[in-house]
Amino acid sequence: MNQLLENTLTIDGQVVPFSAGQTIMDAALAAGIYIPHLCHKPELKPHGSCKLCTVDVDGRSMSACTFPASQGMQVANNTPALTEVRKTLVQMLFVEGNHLCPTCDKTGDCTLQALGYHLGMLDGHFPPFYPRREVDASHPDLILDRDRCIMCGLCVRASQQIDGKNVFALSGRGAQNHVIVNSPSGKLGDSDLNKDDLAAHICPVGAILPKNHGHEVPIGRRTFDLHTVAESDIATFNLHKTEHHDD
Amino acid sequence: MSDKHLRRIAIDPISRVEGHGKITLLMDQDNHVQEARLHIVEFRGFEKFIQGRPFTEVPYFVQRLCGICPVSHHLAAAKAVDQLVGVDPESVTPTTHKLRRLLHFGQVLQSHALHFFHLSSPDLLFGFSSNLAHRNIVGVLEDYPDIGLKGVKLRKYGQQVIAAIAGKRIHGAATVPGGMNKSLSDEERKALLVDIKDIIQWSQDAVDLNEQIHLQHPENHGFATLTTSYLGMVGKQGEMELYHGGLRARHADGSAIIDQFDYTNYTQLLREEVRNWSYMKFPYLTSLGRENGWYRVGPLARVNLADFITTPKAEAARQKFRAFAHGGYVHDTLAYHWARMIEMLHCAEAIEELLHDPDIMGTDLVVKGTARREGIGVIEAPRGTLFHHYQIDEQGLIEKANLIVSTTSNNQAMNESVRSVANQYLEGQEITEGLLNHLEVAIRAYDPCLSCATHALGKMPLQVELHNAQGDVISSLSKSANGTIGCTFD
Repeated sequence: MNQLLENTLTIDGQVVPFSAGQTIMDAALAAGIYIPHLCHKPELKPHGSCKLCTVDVDGRSMSACTFPASQGMQVANNTPALTEVRKTLVQMLFVEGNHLCPTCDKTGDCTLQALGYHLGMLDGHFPPFYPRREVDASHPDLILDRDRCIMCGLCVRASQQIDGKNVFALSGRGAQNHVIVNSPSGKLGDSDLNKDDLAAHICPVGAILPKNHGHEVPIGRRTFDLHTVAESDIATFNLHKTEHHDD
Repeated sequence: MSDKHLRRIAIDPISRVEGHGKITLLMDQDNHVQEARLHIVEFRGFEKFIQGRPFTEVPYFVQRLCGICPVSHHLAAAKAVDQLVGVDPESVTPTTHKLRRLLHFGQVLQSHALHFFHLSSPDLLFGFSSNLAHRNIVGVLEDYPDIGLKGVKLRKYGQQVIAAIAGKRIHGAATVPGGMNKSLSDEERKALLVDIKDIIQWSQDAVDLNEQIHLQHPENHGFATLTTSYLGMVGKQGEMELYHGGLRARHADGSAIIDQFDYTNYTQLLREEVRNWSYMKFPYLTSLGRENGWYRVGPLARVNLADFITTPKAEAARQKFRAFAHGGYVHDTLAYHWARMIEMLHCAEAIEELLHDPDIMGTDLVVKGTARREGIGVIEAPRGTLFHHYQIDEQGLIEKANLIVSTTSNNQAMNESVRSVANQYLEGQEITEGLLNHLEVAIRAYDPCLSCATHALGKMPLQVELHNAQGDVISSLSKSANGTIGCTFD
């Protein structure tokens, strides 16, 4: 059996090639197959925290962003049951924060919002938490609104792995989980975060945003006005194609 | 007089008025309505919950106050936010200034069309006490299809203007600190020009219809009518101005109170009284005091106050309007509708002018200045003068906000009009559906939209209670959300 045939798995009946070290997510995105996700970015090590990329692998639920692809694997991704589970996860993320899309500067560019549409979410379903976490506007160029944070850890990883800094961390457990800032005062303004850092731009929701700006892109020209979340994430993958190896 | 000597009638709430409303009539022992209280029993608290939010969000938060005139709140807040980034109203680019004016004309046009055709024309065309099931916009479309369809199309056109600039007909995204996020394309401009001649003609027809209704119904002239002072914005030459100008206040006889007043000093001009039976405050002109300082705002005020209107058809209509009062001010409360249609005609004409102005397709959209901690934006919203006032902390988060919405300015006037109507139509100690209808017509002349001031949406059940001098309920009448009338208390 040649190498190509050895390195294939099946996603929803479609044979998908992969190379050694790739996850199911890597293989799927490379093949143009969208698996919903929030905490995954190809250029960063996978985190496996949002669980939106949960797929059925040979009858077991696995996170596609962390589970290695293997020969002959049978993966179910786009099924009504998984869509329902993912929708519930997105609903829980919405009600755990204050995601007021109409006023949020990220609206139209927000991956959480886009996933809500993608998954057919019509309401929050669960009682909202209405958290009251601190808004940190101490930075001259950026603002941190913790009530919108979905604890995906993208800013944490971007700061550590790409920016070569260590600005953010997640602290607390369960409902007390929140993002903290590594600075003497705990304030963003005292950290070494720069507005050009990847960590300043990677937030999939409106938790980290440029300060004193907002709604500058007209309706109709925003990311998800022009592209579906699937198109957007597959395009992102092609720009940042990579493999994840355990160090 | 102490309340314990008065009978109390409560009407709760008001239909075809967006938001909660409840009326209590306090009667003396001679069955005269001594005081009317339009209760605002709902509280949405925008001024409170925007505290701590970044100022850039404010125009987007506050436009959610209302689904009928969101653009007015959006623009008033935007004018305040401009100042927070160091930009005064005169300093924005010509493209931004004209786009905002165009946006606002679209807003006022669609809101005025809604107010008259959808919400008030049923009362005026069918009579205040006609069959409730038929007295609505569907009934108008059935019996007066030409009038009804023009109304629907007028509103639609105003919304198309808004959508072209803000991306959506309701709750769009247009302003950024110091400017706008887009201009109009030539394609969008030409698309709006296609129907503008019809829109102007239909607006003229609406003015003529209202003039005819008012002149042919002398019994309406005194209905809920008050002789009051007026407050509104005017341009530098005293012309009607809806977007930016100075404040003018005049007594009922037309004599001056203030003129070309800089609205950023509005706290010197106005004070707000709080009364313990309503969440809606009672503003008054400080110089005239609490008792005599109340005033009216909105179309009637603006058409009375303006020396002229810059567009020819609306100016001709204004002159006929003023001629009705022999050159003096028109105080008839139901003439609000007539004045409203004159403004709608002005908006239609002004929209046409702006659509021919190449500046609306410009690319110079945003200016910035030196940041400030306080911003005050004032605009003439469809229902009247609208004040937005914000203070921010050193990090740009809202510390304090004060909104005086148009309906709030008309608060005392609405109470007085309700009292007038109640005294005219209350028969004995019986609350009738006719009384209830007449009271609602009086409120609707000012405002179909209590939501900005009362902060609730949708129709609510209606309840009327009659209390005797001892405070006992002796009669009551209820109105369900679908308009069904029923007795709830014997």
